Amino acid sequence: MTDILNHRLTRRAALLGMGAALATPAIHGASAQGAPIKVGVLHSLSGTMAISETALRDTVLMMVEGINSRGGLLGRRVEAVVVDPASNWPLFAEKARELLQVAKVDVTFGCWTSVSRKSVLPVFEELNGLLFYPVQYEGEEQSRNVFYTGAAPNQQAIPAVEYLMSKDGGEARRIALLGTDYVYPRTTNRILRAFLNSKGIADADIMEEYTPFGHSDWQGIVARVKRFAGEGKRTAIVSTINGDANVPFYRELGNQGIKAEDIPSVAFSVGEEELAGIDTKPLVGHLAAWNYFMSVNSPANTEFKAQWQAFIKNPRRVTNDPMEATLVGFKMWAQAVAKAGTTAVDPVREAMYGQKVDAPCGYTLEMHRNHHLSKPVMIGEVMENGQFNIVWKTQGPIIAENWSPFIPENANRRR
Amino acid sequence: MKNLILTLLLVLGLAPMCLAQDDFSGTALRLGGGFGEQAEAVEKLGLSGDPRALPLLQALADGKLTRMADGALLIGEADALTGAPANAAGASAVRINNRVRAALRIALGRLQIVSPDPAERLRAADGILRSRSAQDLPLLDAALARETVPRIRERLVLAQGAARLASDDEALKRAGIESLGASGFEAARTVLLEARAGNAALAEAIDAAVARIDRQLAFRRAGELLFQGLSLGSVLLLAALGLAVTFGVMGVINMAHGEFVMLGAYTTFLVQEALRGTPLAPWALPLAVPTAFLVTALLGAAMERGLIRHLYGRPLETLLMTFGVGMVLQQAVRLIFGAQNREVSSPAWMQGTLMLPGEISVTQNRLWIIVFGIAVLLLVMAAIRFTRFGLDMRAVVQNRRIAATMGIRTGRVDALTFAFGSGIAGMAGVALSQIDNVSPNLGTGYIVDSFMVVVFGGVGSLAGTLIGALTLGVVNKLLEPYAGVVLAKVAVLVGIMLFIQRRPKGLFALKGRAADQ
Repeated sequence: MTDILNHRLTRRAALLGMGAALATPAIHGASAQGAPIKVGVLHSLSGTMAISETALRDTVLMMVEGINSRGGLLGRRVEAVVVDPASNWPLFAEKARELLQVAKVDVTFGCWTSVSRKSVLPVFEELNGLLFYPVQYEGEEQSRNVFYTGAAPNQQAIPAVEYLMSKDGGEARRIALLGTDYVYPRTTNRILRAFLNSKGIADADIMEEYTPFGHSDWQGIVARVKRFAGEGKRTAIVSTINGDANVPFYRELGNQGIKAEDIPSVAFSVGEEELAGIDTKPLVGHLAAWNYFMSVNSPANTEFKAQWQAFIKNPRRVTNDPMEATLVGFKMWAQAVAKAGTTAVDPVREAMYGQKVDAPCGYTLEMHRNHHLSKPVMIGEVMENGQFNIVWKTQGPIIAENWSPFIPENANRRR
Repeated sequence: MKNLILTLLLVLGLAPMCLAQDDFSGTALRLGGGFGEQAEAVEKLGLSGDPRALPLLQALADGKLTRMADGALLIGEADALTGAPANAAGASAVRINNRVRAALRIALGRLQIVSPDPAERLRAADGILRSRSAQDLPLLDAALARETVPRIRERLVLAQGAARLASDDEALKRAGIESLGASGFEAARTVLLEARAGNAALAEAIDAAVARIDRQLAFRRAGELLFQGLSLGSVLLLAALGLAVTFGVMGVINMAHGEFVMLGAYTTFLVQEALRGTPLAPWALPLAVPTAFLVTALLGAAMERGLIRHLYGRPLETLLMTFGVGMVLQQAVRLIFGAQNREVSSPAWMQGTLMLPGEISVTQNRLWIIVFGIAVLLLVMAAIRFTRFGLDMRAVVQNRRIAATMGIRTGRVDALTFAFGSGIAGMAGVALSQIDNVSPNLGTGYIVDSFMVVVFGGVGSLAGTLIGALTLGVVNKLLEPYAGVVLAKVAVLVGIMLFIQRRPKGLFALKGRAADQ
């Protein structure tokens, strides 16, 4: 469950998690009146998604520590309950039930992959829980029990593809859609295909390939992309590859000598944290689209980076977009709880609408009644040091279209 | 150097090279501007042929160009334009994007095509190829006239063909199509297809040239596909070889086999960390091979003596017990190293692409793994055939009781055999650390594949394991372009199921008394 090479905070978190699992009452409670407010953390700490999700657990722990050092919330202590669903989708549902029924958490921060979110969704709806989901996703969902603090397709995927087709992005007219085989890549690519068709790109100029989680043998696919790119039109890769399969994928791109000037790739699930384990020299110029990069210059970001590196006791640790979305979600939740004067789910939900947070991405983000945030879109190029050079961004935050107009079934849906 | 370039250019009659002083600095200063402005300035400097531009553009490409608040450009502690010493305090790096990077490659190509360094000239030729501009024709004609290195000439002809195709002269265009078609390069094919839309009148000639290239490429593509299949096959072979010994020879259903592979990968990580900063660091990978063998062999021996020998003849219990051991090993590694992946870096000789004869490009890491797989296979065969241990092992497998009466300590042979198989799994882990993520789950991805190979090839036959692994690898890769990665794997599994129905003993069934036991 835990990483004994890590410092004691991790161990404490694990102990808390185990304590919750055994349903023992909290041990402390000396200073604050009343029982502590419990915050569930539902992120994979092992398995193929651990590469991405571990940092999100730590972000929640950092926020909890921060709020306690300022006297807690509603005069009560806040306590994190950490569980490890181990990149195992059915286990996510079990752990969610455990958090809601056994540990009786007031709010949960969790999930990365859409398949894990889909797995816990019925549990949160049945038990009227509250989930904050911090990762960009495919949309097509809006649950009253979930607040989505990551991007919807119009806040990430579509602007990214528009950029690839622009002069600065290389005027791509042929697109290879590579993804991991589950709901997020397939839905996103369905939206992108409809979008590309609407821009006059024929199906013959779109290649689509899916691989299992943790896929490591990329030689055939990368060779096929190379050939696909040699048919006389500028080509780009749109990657919805998730988890640690990205490491061998980028290694293969580097080994087969695909340079970003020739075939740029834009990734939707690769950020600073994922690049930390890769030699980034061959990847310079490849792109990622997010709503936040560590290299953003803003006072809120400076504070975020300092707080994170102090918390994790590593001055070189990176921040990334889902961490920022976790931070924004946590702050909004705390503000909503303060406004509602309770942690009960229904009043907090009402109080969430219209909450604003001065976010590290440099803008004030607002939670709308569609349970999604308004967010700015940024496109960054990988630099040699594993950071992103922001080469394009929107004027300001844009409102989420979680029901994509590019999916025909949504035509009758009221937006 | 500067003078050399200047004289060369002058001799070649490409004279009006140097921009006027203020024009040059005006253009150069725009390198610090927005991406669009940068790209234009880079192009202008490249076309000018002005040798003063070379260090500037090089610095921009390497990220060494910095910019002061007042717009002045610096390289290190000196003014980028004049070379005068300057105070670099407060300077920020000039960032570029892909568009500028592409323009830089062309511009640097135009400036460096006269370089005395062949490697630079080769890069320059490839850079100019990107421009697809008739403006480069004089430059390329001149470069071709003096170039002697065949490899660079090839690339120059390619660039010249592309530039000719971009000209307005019909005859020149046809010459370009002809030379591109003759080159046989994949890049030439791309250039031709790009030009097709804009040259309706030449479509027929272009199609003929493309078809000509395709004929040449067919062999190369088949070669590359075969390589991919062999590469996957060698990975399967490595993963399955250890199992071919423990399961194939001894008949132990070892579900912890994947975890031995995983431990081999972690051993590689530890060896790499231990040697970091020492002179031996570049040899970490070769040194990890015997280390991983020893570590996993010792563990295998302990497991055989401690657990498995009590369960001989009870396959179901063995299966459950080894499955449990696998889980314990996985969790132990997770506790010690953490759930996060560990990074094993690749030595330089395992990165990049290698050109085999016939222009077949193969990735170095995969090539080495094929070599390693074959080496391990030969080692195992030699150990079984030529050593005393191998003889004992074969004797015990054929008839345990008679072997014991001949004075062979069968218990010891069992332990050694199991240790041997485990050690091979550890060596496979060293290879896999180069192409897969080193995580506690590494082994689980290979255990099914390993059993598949051993059963398909024929239990107890090393040759079967080899043929089985290579067949499955190649078939998988042949199916992949049509069925996709997921379905190709499914198809292979279904194929094996059908095959086993017809031949339950696999490709190479053992004959004789041993097979009846």
